[in-house]
Amino acid sequence: MHELSLMQSVMDILLESAEQNNICKINKVKLVVGRFSMALPDSLQFAFEAIATSEPLLDGAFLEIETRSIICQCLECGKKTELEDSYQFVCSGCESAKVEIIQGRELYLDYYEGD
Amino acid sequence: MVQVRMESNLLGANDLLARKNRNLFSRQNLLVINLMSSPGSGKTTILEKTIENLDGKLSLGVIEGDLYTDNDARRIEQKGVKVIQINTEGACHLDAGMVGKAYNELPVDQLDLLFIENVGNLVCPAEFDLGEDFKAVVISTTEGNDKPLKYPLIFREAKVILLNKIDLLPYTNFNLQQFREDLAQINPTAPVFYVSGRTGEGISDWNDWLLGEVRIKRASS
Repeated sequence: MHELSLMQSVMDILLESAEQNNICKINKVKLVVGRFSMALPDSLQFAFEAIATSEPLLDGAFLEIETRSIICQCLECGKKTELEDSYQFVCSGCESAKVEIIQGRELYLDYYEGD
Repeated sequence: MVQVRMESNLLGANDLLARKNRNLFSRQNLLVINLMSSPGSGKTTILEKTIENLDGKLSLGVIEGDLYTDNDARRIEQKGVKVIQINTEGACHLDAGMVGKAYNELPVDQLDLLFIENVGNLVCPAEFDLGEDFKAVVISTTEGNDKPLKYPLIFREAKVILLNKIDLLPYTNFNLQQFREDLAQINPTAPVFYVSGRTGEGISDWNDWLLGEVRIKRASS
């Protein structure tokens, strides 16, 4: 989707936080991206590299992206089902379609490391 | 070396503004629907027919999202409905900030129902909460029946789905049974309305459902 503008908001958060914490060099940034968010890890990586080269605070920094699978929990029997290659929101235990997505929508900046 | 834990949502700024919008909408007791589809599915035509068919039973407002033009807003205005245009100047979706500003220009105390017609796109708008009561997604028979599988998030998030251009069904390869089977796995609870923005088929059933939703919203306050 709009990975460049998402990454711009990561940069804004980082710049503000680094200043508050007296950090002048960031070495590593860690994002968590769920498979049911519309952001693509490869595009985020590309956007990060594009932005990091023009931002001294992040020059040479490494971006780690942890992707999270989609997990649904059945509202009938409570069983958790991981969706692998399909988007079939159906309980693998009782086949109920009354399931809640409990993982896979994540899109957040987890932490960063710096000096 | 220090590690700073953040856990900041990348859409956090939008979510905050969406909560503000939701509070504003609730204060007016107004039902707000975020109407989404790919370009050319017929969102505006459905709105035109909805306005005609409601025939003044509800007082409507429309916020029109479009990249550059005000073509759709002018079409809605001709139906005698108050409309505010947002031009995103290239952005692929509306965000809560844009909607909050447009909302302030509407005579909200006179409205029962507000449609926000999003930018035609099945990907990005699904991620951006605008503060609406619910999302409605339009798909048309000419797009093919595989769209729910290709864009599961938006179809999962929808409270209601409209299959438009139903009059063209015999001229397409749209597989209605497969479409229903796919939706049963992605979003089994959303009602589906089979409509034609061109002929008006199915619009009165859709409107009856809308009237019910407005009543539920009023009763809940």
